Amino acid sequence: MKFDDEPVPGYSLPVLPGHVSPGRLERVLRAGRFAVTTEISPPDSADPAEVLQRAAIFDGYVDAINATDGSGANCHMSSVGVCSLLTRVGYATILQMSCRDRNRIAMQGEILGGAAMGACNLLCLTGDGVQAGDHPNARPVFDLDSMSLLNIARGMRDNACFESGRGIDSPPRLFLGAAENPFVPPRHLRAQRLAKKKAAGANFIQTQYCFDPATLRDFMAEVGDMGLLEGPDRLHVLVGMGPLASARSARWIRDHVPGVHIPDHVIRRLEGARDQREEGTRLCRDILQEVREIEGVSGAHIMAYRQEGKVARIIEESGVLEGRSPWYPGRDNPAELNPEAASAAGPAATGSGW
Amino acid sequence: MYRVRRFAVRHAHAFERLYAGLEVVLKRSAPLLERIGYQRLEAPVAWLEKHLKGFLFDCQMCGHCVLSSTGMSCPMNCPKHLRNGPCGGVREDGGCEVKPEMRCVWLDAWEGSQRMKHAERIEVVQLPVDASQQGTSSWLKVARGEHGAGGSHEVR
Ligand code: SF4
Repeated sequence: MKFDDEPVPGYSLPVLPGHVSPGRLERVLRAGRFAVTTEISPPDSADPAEVLQRAAIFDGYVDAINATDGSGANCHMSSVGVCSLLTRVGYATILQMSCRDRNRIAMQGEILGGAAMGACNLLCLTGDGVQAGDHPNARPVFDLDSMSLLNIARGMRDNACFESGRGIDSPPRLFLGAAENPFVPPRHLRAQRLAKKKAAGANFIQTQYCFDPATLRDFMAEVGDMGLLEGPDRLHVLVGMGPLASARSARWIRDHVPGVHIPDHVIRRLEGARDQREEGTRLCRDILQEVREIEGVSGAHIMAYRQEGKVARIIEESGVLEGRSPWYPGRDNPAELNPEAASAAGPAATGSGW
Repeated sequence: MYRVRRFAVRHAHAFERLYAGLEVVLKRSAPLLERIGYQRLEAPVAWLEKHLKGFLFDCQMCGHCVLSSTGMSCPMNCPKHLRNGPCGGVREDGGCEVKPEMRCVWLDAWEGSQRMKHAERIEVVQLPVDASQQGTSSWLKVARGEHGAGGSHEVR
């Protein structure tokens, strides 16, 4: 979507009445369109070109790009660095912030810094434990949990003050997000936990990988019954999903990645296919189409680690954008082009699994 | 391992009543405690609290006790110190993401809360802990009216 008042790339959009942020993502969601987001895995590098190349792969298919924050407790370029690079050329970003590595002083400072750089969507996460990553001997911080981080960020935005009560001259205008995982125990509590996140300040939710739309349907029904999807400060739920590379890697993920639930029938479907990688992509497209039809779902979040080239095809074939072409640098004005777009790996490129 | 802790959760209802009684006693004795001097009481009461609650709940002495809101399962035993519900990494068998051999403290918390009269307290958003209070007595804070269920440390 391109809005009439679209400014110079890198500068924020005006905040519309009833909106909390100057961002494109909030506009798409509040306009009732099915939003699509994806994620960039930040490079192990200090080269800005790598970030811009990784973003250009999604041009024309996504409304915002998540920059992960030390995902899986592995060290990479910081999410605020990635977001700053992306917003400079106009991309809408979702700044992921995990409570694992920083205390409240560092996090609030980073929220202000990110917002100043145009990163107006903030995803508040608890974060994986350090035991999962490449620095298992690091000290886990967890000064806050995702819920208190949300609450503090909302206070910064709405009350213009830090957690300490000290004032903020120009508050960050943030669209606040949180994660939820409806697919792991305690399943009967997950909807209630979502209500708690809304109470703490969440505007949107991105879920963990969905390979089980039936469970999601029950969850969404429960969330709807609780009234969380109504009113001006309703929650917008974006369902996470991604292509599996093979039955083997699906098994590996199930056993090793905390929080990813993959039902047996999904693995059987992959095993039965002649080209498992292709089947994994089709499966993701099918799940996207199925999720699109579930009442109350506002969008999808596609995580295709090392298969980023497949994202465009999955979205294209699913038809969920209904002909809409989300804005990207250079879409309307070639002068605004992402300088690395030409050297980006095109949709044909595929990585080697997870 | 974790046997006493699980016992406390199974008897959350009894402990809830015990705690409610303790709160009344503490508040009533506030004038007396005041006369003795909270500062003088801090060390011995904190010592007592640490050992009693340590035995019963594996208490970590965060100084902001929320046991009555978390089904008598101490959230500071969560390796991520989550005070507002389980993370997204709970294992299929209920084991903790970080310490698989330990049951997720939030599964216990939920079960405990369901046995309690004020089961709804688990739904309240808890503010972050004040790290400077680590090791101090929560009971004396209750007596002073600074803390307790529905106290100043919750989002309302
Ligand atoms: S599984 Fe439970 S106890 Fe373990 S880190 Fe997550 S919330 Fe904490």
